[in-house]
Amino acid sequence: MQSMKIIGGLAVIVTGALLLRASHDFPDWGDPLSPANDSQTSNYFLENAYVDAKTPNVVTVVLGDYRAFDTMFETVVILTAGLAIFAVLGWTQREDIKDAAVLKAVEENPIIGVTCRLLVPVIQVFALYVLAHGHYSPGGGFQGGVMFGASFIILALGTGLGSALKRFRDTRALVVGAIGVLVYAGIGFLPMFLGDDPGRNFLDYGALKEILPVEKESMARSHAILGIETGVFITVSAVMFAVYFLLASHGRTKDSL
Amino acid sequence: MSPAVFQLASISAKFNYWIYIILMMIGLFAMIAKNNLIKKLIGMTIFQTAIILFYVSIGVKEGATIPIIEYETLKEYNSQKTGYGAKPDIEPQDYDNPLPHVLMLTAIVVGVSTLGLALAIAQRVFDQFGSLEEDEILEELTHPKPAKEPANG
Amino acid sequence: MILEFDLILLVFLVLTAIIALQVKDLLAASMILGVYSLLICLLWAEMGAVDVAFTEAAVGAGVSTVVMIATVFQTRRRSKD
Repeated sequence: MQSMKIIGGLAVIVTGALLLRASHDFPDWGDPLSPANDSQTSNYFLENAYVDAKTPNVVTVVLGDYRAFDTMFETVVILTAGLAIFAVLGWTQREDIKDAAVLKAVEENPIIGVTCRLLVPVIQVFALYVLAHGHYSPGGGFQGGVMFGASFIILALGTGLGSALKRFRDTRALVVGAIGVLVYAGIGFLPMFLGDDPGRNFLDYGALKEILPVEKESMARSHAILGIETGVFITVSAVMFAVYFLLASHGRTKDSL
Repeated sequence: MSPAVFQLASISAKFNYWIYIILMMIGLFAMIAKNNLIKKLIGMTIFQTAIILFYVSIGVKEGATIPIIEYETLKEYNSQKTGYGAKPDIEPQDYDNPLPHVLMLTAIVVGVSTLGLALAIAQRVFDQFGSLEEDEILEELTHPKPAKEPANG
Repeated sequence: MILEFDLILLVFLVLTAIIALQVKDLLAASMILGVYSLLICLLWAEMGAVDVAFTEAAVGAGVSTVVMIATVFQTRRRSKD
């Protein structure tokens, strides 16, 4: 292992020296006129985000509208990672859930269990708020989804994995994750079949004004962003819980932690 | 290398990048030289966050605010009767660059999913070799213990 | 950018990264990595990337620490280096 340390040290020193030399040519910190900051795309996003989608949070508009295709496949990557973890760990012999140790601990020490159970609904309502308010403040499908998944993780930590699984099984969680991607792609496909204009693209939400109670295309885009964020929310929350469950139970429905 | 690198103004404009490079090199060294697989994954996380830090930091503008359009600007835009093509009165230099934020936001969530996958594989490695230390795994691979079944599940 | 705040955060960032890699107890290393994520979240909030900071607070300091601790409990807690 000593040779590995020497090779690693050499590689790190050479790479680091090259990068430090290159940092001399980087634009200054916080330079508003650097090539990245003064580019046409960024300025277009900032100037037109509200006109195009009636949403003040520019990050949400870029995520859900201008770069919606990218976001869709990021969601697919998350689902694929969940499925891959299931494939790596999930095929071992399944056993019944034995929550005895955790249940005994909860009985002896009720504070943790009760507190966790009280916290769960509050966290879930806040996660839904983060999802719905992502147009006006930091937030959106990814953040809300992670928090919603974390509420199930808290339930599993406080009251035992078995009692959390009675509410949300891992195999079902992965199916729910797939449903989230389908919601996203379904909203993307709708504009291709709507409207008199035959040239509409995949994920071009402007056409949705035919079926939504709105007058302008920009308002239809705003609602469609909420729709696809909901799809992201479903996928991320389900996969986060499935990942925790599979890693904590080692693929068996055995009590752990 | 020109002496301008060592001037104070140059340092205060660049020291953030230097710290990111140091963090990145810490992560790279851990990924190469650490013996424990979990330690290698911690190094990978540090490497990843250093790159994300670099990306976010090139979107910073001096004196700009967060990329959420201010309420006053929007109220003014909504109150005026304007035709097609009218834009709210936004100066791009007043808001941070939103593009790196979007790219890195998804990268973080994908990062935790891939970290979970790596941890799952680490658990399977532990099943098969009974250890997470690299040298013990290599020993087991080259001279397998006769008592242990060649594991296939 | 607030220079002093930035400097303190960056120094602590490097410190926590080195400590997380040097501790021999993997449970402690996971917890220190959570601290590292929280510091990075503060740094991003300071840079104006509020969405990224929010995601990091939920993902890095929350879920990834829990997932790593779950794996440490399933395997071995001590590390040789």
